[in-house]
Amino acid sequence: MGLLSDPVRRRALARLVLRLNAPLCVLSYVAGIAWFLALAFPPLTQRTYMSENAMGSTMVEEQFVGGDRARSFARDFAAYRRKSGALPVAWLERTMRSVGLEVYTQSFSRKLPFPDETHERYMVSGTNVYGILRAPRAASTESLVFTVPCGSDSTNSQAVGLLLALAAHFRGQIYWAKDIIFLVTEHDLLGTEAWLEAYHDVNVTGMQSSPLQGWAGAIQAAVALELSSDVVTSLDVAVEGLNGQLPNLDLLNLFQTFCQKGGLLCTLQGKLQPQDWTSLDGPLQGLQTLLLMVLQQASGRPHGPHGLFLRYRVEALTLRGINSFRQYKYDLVAVGKALEGMFRKLNHLLERLHQSFFLYLLPALSRFVSIGLYMPAAGFLLLVLGLKALELWMQLHEAGVGLEAGGGPGPSAPLPPAQGVGLASLVAPLLVSQAMGLALYILPVLGQHVATQHFPVGEAEAVVLTLLAIYVAGLALPHNTHRVVSTQAPDRGWMALKLVALIYLALQLGCIALTNFSLGFLLAATMVPAAALTEPHGPRPLYAALLVLTGPAATLLGSLFLWRELQEAPLSIAEGWQLFLAALAQGVLEHYTYGALLFPLLALGLYPCWLLFWNVLFWK
Amino acid sequence: MISDDQAEQFFRSGHTNNWAVLVCTSRFWFNYRHVANTLSVYRSVKRLGIPDSHIVLMLADDMACNPRNPKPATVFSHKNMELNVYGDDVEVDYRSYEVTVENFLRVLTGRIPPSTPRSKRLLSDDRSNILIYMTGHGGNGFLKFQDSEEITNIELADAFEQMWQKRRYNELLFIIDTCQGASMYERFYSPNIMALASSQVGEDSLSHQPDPAIGVHLMDRYTFYVLEFLEEINPASQTNMNDLFQVCPKSLCVSTPGHRTDLFQRDPKNVLITDFFGSVRKVEITTETISLQQYSEMESSYKEDQMDEELMEPLKYAEQLPVAQIIHQKPKLKDWHPPGGFILGLWALIIMVFFKTYGIKHMKFIF
Repeated sequence: MGLLSDPVRRRALARLVLRLNAPLCVLSYVAGIAWFLALAFPPLTQRTYMSENAMGSTMVEEQFVGGDRARSFARDFAAYRRKSGALPVAWLERTMRSVGLEVYTQSFSRKLPFPDETHERYMVSGTNVYGILRAPRAASTESLVFTVPCGSDSTNSQAVGLLLALAAHFRGQIYWAKDIIFLVTEHDLLGTEAWLEAYHDVNVTGMQSSPLQGWAGAIQAAVALELSSDVVTSLDVAVEGLNGQLPNLDLLNLFQTFCQKGGLLCTLQGKLQPQDWTSLDGPLQGLQTLLLMVLQQASGRPHGPHGLFLRYRVEALTLRGINSFRQYKYDLVAVGKALEGMFRKLNHLLERLHQSFFLYLLPALSRFVSIGLYMPAAGFLLLVLGLKALELWMQLHEAGVGLEAGGGPGPSAPLPPAQGVGLASLVAPLLVSQAMGLALYILPVLGQHVATQHFPVGEAEAVVLTLLAIYVAGLALPHNTHRVVSTQAPDRGWMALKLVALIYLALQLGCIALTNFSLGFLLAATMVPAAALTEPHGPRPLYAALLVLTGPAATLLGSLFLWRELQEAPLSIAEGWQLFLAALAQGVLEHYTYGALLFPLLALGLYPCWLLFWNVLFWK
Repeated sequence: MISDDQAEQFFRSGHTNNWAVLVCTSRFWFNYRHVANTLSVYRSVKRLGIPDSHIVLMLADDMACNPRNPKPATVFSHKNMELNVYGDDVEVDYRSYEVTVENFLRVLTGRIPPSTPRSKRLLSDDRSNILIYMTGHGGNGFLKFQDSEEITNIELADAFEQMWQKRRYNELLFIIDTCQGASMYERFYSPNIMALASSQVGEDSLSHQPDPAIGVHLMDRYTFYVLEFLEEINPASQTNMNDLFQVCPKSLCVSTPGHRTDLFQRDPKNVLITDFFGSVRKVEITTETISLQQYSEMESSYKEDQMDEELMEPLKYAEQLPVAQIIHQKPKLKDWHPPGGFILGLWALIIMVFFKTYGIKHMKFIF
């Protein structure tokens, strides 16, 4: 008889699996973590290369010399902005028209769900200004976007100046085959989101914006620039976008080749490029950059206007000019030349960027790890969950076999009585934890006004505190659910619940890892050991502590500390806590304003799952 | 007095007219260099005397007026914009999407719909020398046409064989400038073909002349050096094919150019460049008279030639319309064959049964 249908052999197999399971799980978990750490090292990381044939080499002659013009535009912009307090729309319109573009404006307004304390805004209304440079000899079927976000905290006046000077220079060339849109947005990313939604004629986030008057064709690529000083020492590039989406790697390769051509110092995640990849220093530095990218991608925040473009499958990058204390500085002409070169090469494109990778990790600007090489790390971690679930299944079936007085149950035996009762007792914890998750998702924002009436806190604080309160309240539940269910729940019932919880967690983490590997891996690395180890027997305080420390909130707190540590700006406990509260508020806010999915994923998906493990722990 | 040996020598090469088929199989801006290649050869061929009516030029023609061209209406072959090969009088016969494998093969074999204008036809005869130049992206045994189809070396060889059977050329020079170009001439089997390629199988043909002002490569190496070589040829020059084989050695071209002359009947050192790249303009003014043989002697020599001809296998066209198969006529009289073994065996069986039934003693009346 076959291996799985022969009861004797099946029992032997079950015993083998049960005996080997613990070492296998440990091995698998260690393998997953080790694989991830090895991603920064040479065999798993490859040099980047340009895949798009149409973009070819950097063989263009940059002729931009408008550095002085850019500076004068920047000064004027800063002065008008100081005078009016908001974006000087009339001045921008006049200047863009004088440079030769077709100018349009768009007004938008949005009432945020609760006041944003970091940006100090609640009812936001503003105007975007954009000018279109039409391609002289082509139909306006495709376009490129050059955008500068202007907010209250960062004026980006030099970026606006450079935008206007580049527009003047581009207007004098005849080799443009795509329209170029020069976009200046107000209120940072809110303006960008309003413009993008109006351009693509969708309404994803509830923004009220006036319709656009001028269009320019399908957007092929976009570059965002943030520059607040006349000279820069380096250019930092941000690639991670909303919900962990990434632009096509070719766009980054393009930027990197122009950095090399112009001799500019370009950084990724604020870190310099390691030169020496043969010894240990290079890969270790690469590992730091990789961890930073993983943390940034896992947060799912758009780290610049480019993050919002990615949703519409427009490849985009954000370039930030950094002025540090280095001696060698580059002026606006150098930055302008790099941008000119990039746009000229993007002009050669015939189709959207699709030849290179869409899913990758970057240990350095010139090195990448492709999805085929990093996915096994997540696979190993999820294998632990699978093995544990298998073990529980075997144990449950053995229990069922044992209960049937040693007779040979057929391969398709109905559920043993133990499992039958367990099924009823499963429904209650599942429903209750999902309800808690739902409460965590809805109540904070819904109940903020009620909270402010009864407690002396602002709305943002009320939201955050309600979040934390519901989170902790969930921890107090297990005893209640246990009493709700009949007290004669047998000893083995917790196994069924843990089995369901493990499968639920594995499914969720698997789905998350496919679209946002960083988030999936981070959550798996923290939650998998706790999920695997939890059981009602054994040292309960230890397991409880482990579960709490690996819950979603604690993971967020820990990753914040790790992030600042890697950026060489470590936090004290108090600062960390403040940052944590601010991050919670931002997470909820971004869900409502941009459609970021981290908050609903954690609240509706992972938190209920985590509560199920808490239930398992306190089964008795 | 000029003897008839000299008169014979006057017609030594055997061709009376020249044609050129110049094909660029790529389109898109980043394939600028292929169009520049083809236009450079077009320019040389026109300069050396072949008129537009005898040139079939197939180009995608999307370079000069491409929105990305910083110098509209020009196609340059040298950087620093020395040489505009597009000029004022380019006559493109097959333009843009008309450059397909089907059109190319129809041009070569002459199977063209009757509505095709004369400028799009290759009206060659059995005394035409044809130059065929192809450039684009290729691989081992194929050439890519406009990013959507390919022609294989076997199809090309068969097309040339059709041309040979239809008497559409006297001699053919085939030049190809693509990656792994030598694979395209490996399969030729028709007589009187000489082939040159820019690289061997497994090698890539490299581009030349990167121009930052225009933003693309302007030429391919092999054609660049061929163009340089051709710029020194004038209609009266006596340079022969062996010199063309030496153009672009590996040190300049990085790839190894190849050539094939085994199908060609004349020795390459006797073949002038102008036999293919120029047009026959054999005029020699003489004030003396040429005394040719008497007509009768010529007639007898002509008859001898005729008898020689008859000894050769008679050439006939392949049967193009097998009427018999279509109308299911009875086959014509065939030679008599003895009946098949089956019938023989059947009769033997019948006889044996007969004698078995009626007694074996009757058999002795037969034997």
